[in-house]
Amino acid sequence: MNTTMVKLNNQQNQTAANAESQRKEAVYHTKDLNLWYGTNHALKNINLEINEKEVTAIIGPSGCGKSTYIKTLNRMIELVPDVKTSGEIKYRGRNILQKGYGVEELRTKVGMVFQKPNPFPKSIFENVAYGPKIHGIKDKKILNQIVEKSLKGAAIWDEVKDRLNENAFGLSGGQQQRLCIARCLAIEPDVILMDEPTSALDPISTLKVEELVQELKKEYSIIIVTHNMQQAARISDKTAFFLNGEVIEYSETDQIFSNPADQRTEDYITGRFG
Amino acid sequence: MKLINESTILRRMKPRLIKNLVFKCLFMAATIFALLVLGILLYRVITQGIGYLDWQFMQGLPSRNPEQAGVKTALIGTVWLMAVVAPVTLFFGVGTAIYLEEYAKKGKFTTFIQVNISNLAGVPSIVFGLLGLTVFVRALSLGTSVIAAGLTMSLLVLPIIIVSSQEAIRAVPKELREASYGMGATKWQTILRVVMPAAIPGILTGGILALSRAIGETAPLVVLGLPLFLAFLPQSVFDMFTVLPMQIYNWTGRPQEEFHAVAAAGIIVLLTLLIIMNSVAVYIRNKFQKRY
Repeated sequence: MNTTMVKLNNQQNQTAANAESQRKEAVYHTKDLNLWYGTNHALKNINLEINEKEVTAIIGPSGCGKSTYIKTLNRMIELVPDVKTSGEIKYRGRNILQKGYGVEELRTKVGMVFQKPNPFPKSIFENVAYGPKIHGIKDKKILNQIVEKSLKGAAIWDEVKDRLNENAFGLSGGQQQRLCIARCLAIEPDVILMDEPTSALDPISTLKVEELVQELKKEYSIIIVTHNMQQAARISDKTAFFLNGEVIEYSETDQIFSNPADQRTEDYITGRFG
Repeated sequence: MKLINESTILRRMKPRLIKNLVFKCLFMAATIFALLVLGILLYRVITQGIGYLDWQFMQGLPSRNPEQAGVKTALIGTVWLMAVVAPVTLFFGVGTAIYLEEYAKKGKFTTFIQVNISNLAGVPSIVFGLLGLTVFVRALSLGTSVIAAGLTMSLLVLPIIIVSSQEAIRAVPKELREASYGMGATKWQTILRVVMPAAIPGILTGGILALSRAIGETAPLVVLGLPLFLAFLPQSVFDMFTVLPMQIYNWTGRPQEEFHAVAAAGIIVLLTLLIIMNSVAVYIRNKFQKRY
């Protein structure tokens, strides 16, 4: 099946087997990244190394650049007019900010889940099949398999299996968001970027998405932006604290929440500002 | 200390309510006046024309005899005109709208184009007639043919369809585009599979309204020199032809009283056509209107 689908990297599967004993490999190396919206210096000298098959949380107050950063990782930021960048972001060894790096190719490897659930005004099936279809998969059998696998992967299969041809707008907000995650899984990405995926959801739906993230990190590298510090503490392995476009602190989540190195981090996580 | 005095408020309550009522009546009167004028117009046209409106009228060719005069050449001519205007405006109009909304970088140049499209929509139709006469009829030697008139009318309604298509495209939430780009779709795939399906009802509505404007316009065609009296049907787009409003214009100009009634019958045919087209537009809009 895999040969016809958007293929997962073989190497990656091997390294996954060794991952327990060895140091995890990095998916993203960010080096001296600067970003400007017009004249507004939004990201300042970002240096981050993000590991595969982990959940990396990015926290910080509004306007600190965390969404900007995550959108730079799949170059969605380019949809904003007047954006300039310098420095480099290496994804699996190649600089994605380099001229000539195909943005479409990058985004088949790096999926994204957005803040507001954004299903297409199509059937549930068509929503999930969208990604494979744009990459040229037409075989109905394979599409059926992809849709089932993706919906199961996003823990929503049982809820929708009997109404795959109904419009996705008939689902609840939480279901829509899990559908969007399924849609993202359908292109078998390597990394999943999540930009405050639960901020529009109720607590029960949020819990479901959080459980899902725990499940997904076995196979995917996940980078999640969140406003909710408890959420970061619950689900992430590493946490980066952003403030005014800079990375103030980046380390193991336990470390950050129990014993932050920087005073500003402590102030933020204890709720003294932000 | 209380800053608001209850008795003053109560005292002022009544004038406020009266004012409210006065304005309500005023605006209702404005609406009723418009409806009344429309009603009188329809009543006059229908009572005058209904007598001549029969199958023979629909089938007949123009004639010197009001009893035998028919609307066939004009009606078929209008259909020919639509057959040229619809594909031309949809292609150029939607193409321009897609380019401006999806591809073009927002800047001075696009603003300049945008302003000019809006201005073009306000240019009197007779000016387009002069343009058509110079370019299509004379320079390209197309004569007073279906194609020359069709292209002139296309230019006339192009701004309308561009603006309405742009609005329809702009109304597609950017979250849907992001979702598509986020999965590695190209711009064209996103436009084709996400933007267009969501925008098509709006585009069609605008298209039909533009088309109904095109078939109702007379001035540019007068300038082009369309024949007022034509007793044969066009066989191709390069043939001479006439359209409903021209035919009506011709009949109202005749000295005989009977022809004025024939003109009224022609107006009924034209109005029916326009009402059908506008109803289709409304139907499409309501049926396919999606909430996001």
